[in-house]
Amino acid sequence: MANLSSDFIGIKSPNPFWLASAPPTDKQYNVERAFEAGWGGVVWKTLGAEGPPVVNVNGPRYGAVWGADRRLLGLNNIELITDRPLEVNLREIKAVKRKWRDRALVISLMVPCDEDSWKDILHRIEDTEADGVELNFGCPHGMAERGMGSAVGQVPEYIEMVTRWVKQHSRMPCIVKLTPNITDIRKPAEAARRGGADAVSLINTINSITSVNLDDFSPEPMIDGKGTHGGYCGPAVKPIALNMVAEIARSPETRGLPISGIGGVTTWRDAAEFLALGAGNVQVCTAAMTYGFKIVQEMISGLSQYLDDKQIGLSDLVGRAVPNVTDWQYLNLNYVTKARIDQDACIKCGRCYAACEDTSHQAIAMSADRTFTVKDEECVACNLCVNVCPVENCITMVPLPKGAVDPRTGRKVGDYANWTTHPNNPSAQAAE
Amino acid sequence: MSNSPLTPGIVPGRLQAEAYARNFADHEPPLDRHEARVAADRCYFCHDAPCIAACPTSIDIPLFIRQIATGTPEAAATTIWSQNILGGICARVCPTETLCEEACVREAAEGKPVEIGRLQRYATDVAMARGLHPFTRGAPTGKRVAVVGAGPAGLACAHRLAMHGHDVVVFERRPKAGGLNEYGIASYKATGGFAQKEVDWLLSIGGIELRCGVELGRDVTLSQLEAEYDAVFLGIGLAGVNALRAPGEDKAGVRDAVDFIAELRQTADLATLPIGRDVVVIGGGMTAVDAAVQSKLLGAENVTIVYRRGQEKMSASAYEQDHATSVGVRIICNAMPVAIHGNGAVREVELAYTVETPEGLKPTGETFRLKADQVFKAIGQTLAGAPEGLAVAGGKFAGPAGRVWVGGDCAAGGEDLTVTAVAEGRDAAEAIHQRLTGA
Ligand SMILES: Cc1cc2nc3c(=O)[nH]c(=O)nc-3n(C[C@H](O)[C@H](O)[C@H](O)COP(=O)(O)OP(=O)(O)OC[C@H]3O[C@@H](n4cnc5c(N)ncnc54)[C@H](O)[C@@H]3O)c2cc1C
Ligand SMILES: Cc1cc2nc3c(=O)[nH]c(=O)nc-3n(C[C@H](O)[C@H](O)[C@H](O)COP(=O)(O)O)c2cc1C
Ligand code: SF4
Ligand code: SF4
Ligand code: SF4
Repeated sequence: MANLSSDFIGIKSPNPFWLASAPPTDKQYNVERAFEAGWGGVVWKTLGAEGPPVVNVNGPRYGAVWGADRRLLGLNNIELITDRPLEVNLREIKAVKRKWRDRALVISLMVPCDEDSWKDILHRIEDTEADGVELNFGCPHGMAERGMGSAVGQVPEYIEMVTRWVKQHSRMPCIVKLTPNITDIRKPAEAARRGGADAVSLINTINSITSVNLDDFSPEPMIDGKGTHGGYCGPAVKPIALNMVAEIARSPETRGLPISGIGGVTTWRDAAEFLALGAGNVQVCTAAMTYGFKIVQEMISGLSQYLDDKQIGLSDLVGRAVPNVTDWQYLNLNYVTKARIDQDACIKCGRCYAACEDTSHQAIAMSADRTFTVKDEECVACNLCVNVCPVENCITMVPLPKGAVDPRTGRKVGDYANWTTHPNNPSAQAAE
Repeated sequence: MSNSPLTPGIVPGRLQAEAYARNFADHEPPLDRHEARVAADRCYFCHDAPCIAACPTSIDIPLFIRQIATGTPEAAATTIWSQNILGGICARVCPTETLCEEACVREAAEGKPVEIGRLQRYATDVAMARGLHPFTRGAPTGKRVAVVGAGPAGLACAHRLAMHGHDVVVFERRPKAGGLNEYGIASYKATGGFAQKEVDWLLSIGGIELRCGVELGRDVTLSQLEAEYDAVFLGIGLAGVNALRAPGEDKAGVRDAVDFIAELRQTADLATLPIGRDVVVIGGGMTAVDAAVQSKLLGAENVTIVYRRGQEKMSASAYEQDHATSVGVRIICNAMPVAIHGNGAVREVELAYTVETPEGLKPTGETFRLKADQVFKAIGQTLAGAPEGLAVAGGKFAGPAGRVWVGGDCAAGGEDLTVTAVAEGRDAAEAIHQRLTGA
């Protein structure tokens, strides 16, 4: 079994799987059961300022999107930060940290955007012995309307300012949690770095409406006939999160800034993908909310088997794919592949044909006995057939060797060449 | 050979060579990768899953299925083996329809449980093919334990003891280890010599010495073992069989079903194994079904199971009964043998219809006869060769006594199933370990 112990900005945990700040981490009872199940760390449910806690709606607060067999693919919520009194949370955090020394315990914070408020809350959490703080600049609903959460996270200058206050008034490692509800994720990450953040974590939830009630004409979840946008999370948001993580990992301004990857992590494989794109650890919310704390056991066994099979350590995986994330213009235009259908695996459903014939390049032939074959002279290698085929690995993309003639273009497969030097590019530079 | 299913008497070679190969091929072929992924996707990862509670070895089923779903069948196998070291054979022979799969919530939802047994086989097959044995011998404790009987109970006990660092010697009276995995289970459930492969794989942990051909009571006594070892585990199964107590039982052609099956399992070329044209099997359990089905697969023309009570009382599951009828076996219920007729060899079985009465099962007075040139008795096995001095209750060892532990079919409690024997062997090993080390 590979060693999964993790050191994220000096915060140690027996594995890189943390629970994200959310209902699973809202109280001692949950967090202790999570630790018993094997989670490496938690970010406690976001604490607000001293005073009467926020209130939540008393009707449904979640909406969902399902796949086949009612598999939960996306969840949206209109929940706010913790609605329990600050003292209760602080007492429990302290008790948990005492008892679980080897696990990471980070406190998520969201208070009004003035220095005193931050100074005060940092002072209040000091003696919990928590390992660090995470600044919640992400919540897209409820708190933003009060000038907190994503209202701060969408203004890089505010992020920088608040982060600086936090670093000034606390010795704790500071993670800035980013909202994805922004056009360019690199800007808030750069601001966090300028403010002195030790790391960023992303993504928080995405503004969304999951469905509309077609009898009552209201967004779901419906509260007394009305609904509002909520934060979307779960497997459906993973691709968005992966891209944002990769953007920060490879941008010259933010390269090297530690990242805690969040968004749709459900299996060891999802986690490994985040790590490969530069995340130092991952945080999980929806998967635990869907399947329970035990889900971490599969993440642990799967990741360690993967590392063993690859004969690498956890730190070797982190960032391993970052050098291979590039811009479109640098992709090799002389890399030519053709779809290949494994006739033994094919069940003759015809989905590849429908997709290609109706919407793509008419590159799949169908015989009277429903044999499906690829017409190399038409196939542009778009990959759509691979994606719609219900049988994994039935259709694969096979590269043409260098020197072979592409029957579609009649041209020989040549050496690496990209758009920047392509003759059709009006601003192409001549190849050297 | 010119024999056919219609050839009278007990003769070999009733079928063509291909027919034997086809009939005795894997009863439930393994899932391929695609099938396994699709099957695994159906599991809901239930909380405190009912399937786990229904598995006698308490395998963490949701976890191992999720490990398959995420492309790590090797991790899945480790999950399985950590509870059930004979997870490979159990995946093949467990009557899942009355165990884990009966309890699956998707049985309640759609009448179609997650295929737990076949997924278990997929994971263990993949891992064994990769040569994986994810356990190592514990640091030597210097303690020595004797295990008598190399069936599922004894093997599971020995492996767990080895994991704890004890030195184990297994005494087995037969030439091969495996118990009924090797000599009893229907051959289409464990094809390709799987039972022996699994034994070799299990022993590869080290620290287990296997001594075949040594019989307790004949070659060694319990008191000798107790004197020489720190603990003794008895997993000797049920070596005896019940008698029919019908006149004519001693005629040629009348035989214990378990002996016939053992011979079948040890026959390399099934075309050489003689079988009757008209076979009658007496009994209502798994042994009766297996004897009947395999008779039919060997080319018998007519095979009939006769069970003395109503069909709902048969201990063979509905799934097994359906399997029997699907290959052409006829099942007659509420009838019991009263005499075996024939001149030297059996020719007919005379049966009486029965009714359940408050005083017990009674013949109705009406009788009938079935043509038979071969009769298999499958009316239950009994404890035989039990050493003196151990308490026996209900025909089985009552429980541990002193430094002697018991488990599997020979021990009271639990159903007589492979998976139950594994659980009892494993648990006895834990108890022994605790006693020997105080851990
Ligand atoms: C025909 C048949 C079909 C079956 N089919 C199934 C099935 O499909 N699924 C299922 O779950 N269960 C099935 N069973 C039941 C299952 O095989 C048993 O429950 C299981 O094998 C019990 O394991 P065990 O280790 O207790 O005993 P056994 O498997 O009987 O092993 C006992 C071992 O002890 C040895 N032994 C006995 N006496 C001595 C002695 N004095 N000295 C040394 N060694 C001794 C024996 O040779 C044997 O190897 C079947 C049983 C039979 C008879
Ligand atoms: C019900 C719910 C409440 C949440 N509350 C918070 C919160 O208080 N603070 C916070 O930083 N993020 C909160 N989140 C966002 C999660 O921490 C996480 O960033 C997001 O759900 C994406 O991860 P996932 O796809 O694994 O769920 C919440 C998410 C959910 C579903
Ligand atoms: S989609 Fe896949 S399975 Fe269906 S016809 Fe095409 S290649 Fe065959
Ligand atoms: S060992 Fe048998 S009962 Fe247990 S899960 Fe496997 S197939 Fe089901
Ligand atoms: S009961 Fe069925 S669906 Fe639930 S965990 Fe077990 S196998 Fe999966």
